[in-house]
Amino acid sequence: MGLAPRPDARVASRAAGDATNDLVSYDPASQEGWITTRLDMLVNWGRANSLWPMPFGTACCAIEFMASAAARFDLARFGMERMSFSPRQADVLICAGRVPFKLAPVIRRIYQQMPQPKWVISMGACASSGGMFDNYAVVQGIDTIIPVDVYVPGCPPRPEGLMYGIMMLQEKVKRERMSDTSLRDELDPDPASNLYIPPAVIDELSEPFGNSVHQTRSGL
Amino acid sequence: MSAPFTVIHAGHAATGEPAPRTPTQVPHRGGTANPSAARLQAQFPQFYERHEVIWGDTTVYVRPEAILDVVRWLHDDAGEQYDYLVDVTAVEYRDVEHPLEVVWHLRSLPFRRFLRLKAQLPKGTPLRVPSVWPVYRGADWLERECFDMFGISFEGHPDLRRILMWEQYREGYPLRKDFPLRGRFSRAEQLRQALSQNPEAKYSMEELTIADAFEDLPQDMRQRLAGGERTGE
Ligand code: SF4
Repeated sequence: MGLAPRPDARVASRAAGDATNDLVSYDPASQEGWITTRLDMLVNWGRANSLWPMPFGTACCAIEFMASAAARFDLARFGMERMSFSPRQADVLICAGRVPFKLAPVIRRIYQQMPQPKWVISMGACASSGGMFDNYAVVQGIDTIIPVDVYVPGCPPRPEGLMYGIMMLQEKVKRERMSDTSLRDELDPDPASNLYIPPAVIDELSEPFGNSVHQTRSGL
Repeated sequence: MSAPFTVIHAGHAATGEPAPRTPTQVPHRGGTANPSAARLQAQFPQFYERHEVIWGDTTVYVRPEAILDVVRWLHDDAGEQYDYLVDVTAVEYRDVEHPLEVVWHLRSLPFRRFLRLKAQLPKGTPLRVPSVWPVYRGADWLERECFDMFGISFEGHPDLRRILMWEQYREGYPLRKDFPLRGRFSRAEQLRQALSQNPEAKYSMEELTIADAFEDLPQDMRQRLAGGERTGE
């Protein structure tokens, strides 16, 4: 109960001449330091500015990610200096680098271990699409495994690029509505869910452009 | 458990030889062969095929079935002392007639020598070669990788299974020339199979039994391990 009133506030007790009871009045008419806002906005503001990243760095992009976190680019400006190497204490999974098929169940497990609300940034060409590694070992985009909020292009993206992606994610977080629970739906392998990608679509999405599509696959 | 290790001073057995210098002129082919090649030929005339010197390194071709004996001799003989196995790998050539080659890189620290052994495995025959694990324990993972990528089975290896690809990988041996770049299955099928692995099935029971932590494992797990059970199958 010790909020200091604004200097020009008309405090009820002072007006009554009682110095021993010089407290903040709850009367709205007293013009003290009150803010009214939507709970959505307040919560989203808090979330957006204290995203704790879970760095999932598997390749060269992770080096650039480390540069973003270090002093020159300073991710701490966005409230993201607290790298969470445990998924249980993380808000945003930053997948920096290519994900081989052997890691696919691992990244899905990590995503599932993160508490809601959670977001995913796919950093770099490899994480977003498999990049140049159109081969037997590499997942053709982590969005075939987990839902992705922001894709950062580049090979690797510069730290500015990653930060632009982070700021886009912050924008996205700030626009969320708590009433819209569908945002919090977990990825579900259930074919009826919206996040389910049918095999034909995965195949189609992961085909490269150009005419070499079937040149090396299953011909033998 | 571990034996006290001996310090090896490189070149201590090569007394009388001039101090090593960085070579300035190395011929592509030819030049002085590693003296071990001639001794190897005298020791194993029936298994020795030929040797060649390329860029100053000696490559000895031996019969595949003899590789363990050859390597053991090279390791134990006082005049050779090849105490370091650098690598075990394999090469497949585009030429379909050309046999697959398994390659061992050996280094003798006391004599400052480097020797490359090759064994040729004709295509169309079962790809089998003895494991050198009894001589060099470090061959364990190298041979597993070679098995994983080329499908060469190293006989006598204690735990020959895939190491880079997951154990249930069914598409074949990726570094073989007949392996399609994107694998044999469709992307969706690859993803489905990959996601159905159990990420916890990372260690084999064999690995757990030899781990230092074995004594700390719960009783039931120790019993299962001792009974030969394996994870993730
Ligand atoms: S996108 Fe480029 S920099 Fe990033 S992991 Fe792939 S190859 Fe490396």
